Amino acid sequence: MSDFLEVLSTYDIAGAYWVNLKLTFFAAIFAFVLGTVLAMMRISPIPSLQLAGAGYVNLVRNTPLTIVMASGILVLWPQLGIQFSDDFATNFFWLAVVALTIYHASFVTESIRSGVNTVPVGQAEAARAIGLAFLPAARLVILPQALRGAIAPLGNTLIALIKNSTVAAAASVPEISVLMRSMIENDANYVVPIFLTIAVGFVIIVVPVGLVTTYLSRRLAVSR
Amino acid sequence: MAEKGQFDPAKWAAMIEPDTWQFYFLPGLQNTLTAAAYSIVLAMIFGLLFGVGRLARNPVIRGFCSLIVEFFRAVPVLIMMIAGWFTAALVLNVTPEDAPLFGVVIGLTLYNGSIIAELVRSGVHGLAKGQGEAALAIGMTRGQSLRSVELPQALIAMLPSLISQFVVILKDTALGYIITYPELLRSARLIGSNAPFPILQAFAVAAVMFIVINVVLSFVAGRLARRIGGRSGAAGKAAPRVGITTGLAGTADTRDETGNM
Repeated sequence: MSDFLEVLSTYDIAGAYWVNLKLTFFAAIFAFVLGTVLAMMRISPIPSLQLAGAGYVNLVRNTPLTIVMASGILVLWPQLGIQFSDDFATNFFWLAVVALTIYHASFVTESIRSGVNTVPVGQAEAARAIGLAFLPAARLVILPQALRGAIAPLGNTLIALIKNSTVAAAASVPEISVLMRSMIENDANYVVPIFLTIAVGFVIIVVPVGLVTTYLSRRLAVSR
Repeated sequence: MAEKGQFDPAKWAAMIEPDTWQFYFLPGLQNTLTAAAYSIVLAMIFGLLFGVGRLARNPVIRGFCSLIVEFFRAVPVLIMMIAGWFTAALVLNVTPEDAPLFGVVIGLTLYNGSIIAELVRSGVHGLAKGQGEAALAIGMTRGQSLRSVELPQALIAMLPSLISQFVVILKDTALGYIITYPELLRSARLIGSNAPFPILQAFAVAAVMFIVINVVLSFVAGRLARRIGGRSGAAGKAAPRVGITTGLAGTADTRDETGNM
């Protein structure tokens, strides 16, 4: 046991988790913005916007994240010339953020739309009846209620995003799964303890997020 | 090699060559489907065992099963795949060619099995209470009641959510790319390194294959959900995760509430 602790102390585990959390943080913000826009498109009265939103969600949701991620460093950057930084590591980090954003925006869209479904139709009708156009009605009446109803699914999307940040391994970002792989390759005797250590780390990060979002979704629910 | 961004028909032509399909896409697709098939079967077994375990009267069994399910739900699939891959290669002495398949199947089984366990549990909980009580009243034991009365109804009600879960499994086989399992995406990558660099095209073909299979499966799940949801009574109530649709999309939010994606 003490040998194992010695092995652990030679690796920067906290640093690797920190990379995951940074990926999650930026991707969560961008995905929330993009997802909200897409959700507005899907509930808007304009059919072409609805179609575009629905097309995006259905295409992206059925594509494996690994394809999106690998496309980031094999297509976006070398073939289409999208580059965020001259530094390789920084460039790969932001390409991974872009991939996570593109993928999770579709789930954010669906979460917000399920939140919109909790808002009674009468609310939208009333908003239109007092003369609000679609965007003011959405911003002032529908979204504030919809977001409260969407907290639980949004929390689940956030949890999935935290876990999916490990897929950044496909974009050569030195996060926890890459570190775990090299740990096991160097100290093959400790496969199971290394797995348990890394896994418990995720439990410690993920479970509180779940508890907080469940609490918030109860606390902030619109009583009807 | 063409300039960046320039349209090059030759790269697309490489995608319809018989050799590209015979040596790359079809074996890749076969490996993807193999891994998905093993994972679906094992995840169902895992899910039924632990889902029923969480319904047990005995608090020790119930607690143990809950702990396992909650644990594996919180751990990323990739982490479990890497662990499974190395465990197979180092501890179980599986050959290096087979070890990645073990990794993929172990990862997908543990993760999706724990989600299915939750489905089983909520499916049985969603049944009308009288079903279990009636079974006990006519002298069945708790086990008999579960096996012949509650689980069959719960499974039918769960069917749409289960199919959505199979879509997740199929999609997640692509994580095998990272642990060197020669699935569809890795085959596409290989085309990229052999032909004059048509990675964009090869990935596009792989993505389209995934999308077609998954959209078909999602469509089936949506149809089933509407049919089962339309039926009144216990079965309809027990499909908790198939959400409300506004009619804008065919198969909305079947995957929202457990956050598995």
